[in-house]
Amino acid sequence: MKKSKILIGAAVLTIAGFFAIAADHIDAPAVAGGTSDITDIYAFQSQENNNNIVFVANVQGLISPADTDAAAFDENVLVEFNIDNDGDAVADLVIQATPRDGKMYFFGPIAPSQSGLNSTILSSTAIMNTVDITSYSASTIVESNNGMNFFAGPRDDPFFMDFFRYGDILTPDNGISSFNDPGTDSFAGTNVMSIVVELPKAMVGSGDSVNIWVESKRKQ
Amino acid sequence: MKFNNIKLAAIALLVSLSAYNCNNDDDNNVTGPTGPNFTGTYAQEDQMGRPAINTVFVDMADKNAFNTTIPSNQGAAFQSKFEARLLALNPGYTTNALTWDAPTFTGALATDVLTVSLTGTTTFFDGTNVLTGRALADDVISTELLLIFGGPMGTDNPGLSDDNVDGNDKTFLSSFPYLATPH
Repeated sequence: MKKSKILIGAAVLTIAGFFAIAADHIDAPAVAGGTSDITDIYAFQSQENNNNIVFVANVQGLISPADTDAAAFDENVLVEFNIDNDGDAVADLVIQATPRDGKMYFFGPIAPSQSGLNSTILSSTAIMNTVDITSYSASTIVESNNGMNFFAGPRDDPFFMDFFRYGDILTPDNGISSFNDPGTDSFAGTNVMSIVVELPKAMVGSGDSVNIWVESKRKQ
Repeated sequence: MKFNNIKLAAIALLVSLSAYNCNNDDDNNVTGPTGPNFTGTYAQEDQMGRPAINTVFVDMADKNAFNTTIPSNQGAAFQSKFEARLLALNPGYTTNALTWDAPTFTGALATDVLTVSLTGTTTFFDGTNVLTGRALADDVISTELLLIFGGPMGTDNPGLSDDNVDGNDKTFLSSFPYLATPH
């Protein structure tokens, strides 16, 4: 009994004290566990249409099934897909996503009004699209409009890693220096809040590639 | 007669003023409270390009700063710190499977953007294509471990170069939105 308590205590310390959970889950003190915490981003060619590209931004990681029904996007948080289409790591286009009253609103792609850390929502100049946010137990709601597809709502966390073993390996003086085989997926059975956009490649760039990253921003 | 003219003029002025005011109020009522409010300034809290970069390469004291440094400034601010971190994780690092030495590898990683091909396969690594996107099923952590610990042939530190979790716990969808339904 005592030993197992110590072990649990050590595990909690490992989780809480151990800076960060990959991929970007709980990556920094200012955002850890909050509504603006980006867990992962993905960018890939559509499986349904070779002329389309798909962008995914996941926030709020490690949501248990019991907590998923109550999980929600934050109306004070703006999620911004940044697209650099000329190779200088400066955003040439943004797609802005922010929820209001059960809907996710999307603006863009459009040139940002300013580069840097602060944004305004380009609601008066950009193409606007909306999709009803899919609730936990509901069927998936997808909106197709202006050549683009949109989704917002809870999803299985697609990320997988034996994070706890990695933490053990980096912890000094515990005699653990290699991964297990097979490893254990620390993210199995957990959910995230997902925003998914599919759009024609021609809307993001005309070259061979683009650079993308996702920012989360809070209303001041 | 003259007095009446003045009265008429005063009434006309009052009517026109109140009509203008009413009209103005009507406009406000129509456009003001309806529709969501998207005004205000939004300030950055988190950002991400490639998987696990902040987690693996950024020191605790710098994690918030890394999230609020725009990508075009990240290389200058963080490359040397990334290189020190890489050599702390793997003191024997020489080059990796991409033939990148430590400054080249960390220079590429410090600017944290995800390059996505518009002309071909999009994958973090599929055995042939490297860093051309990130698909849902890509084993990005094992790819990064291999590049950090695996050495030039990918054969060094075999206990560290793969976490032996090779796939997700739910099957991805073949149609939009591709991510699996929640647990």
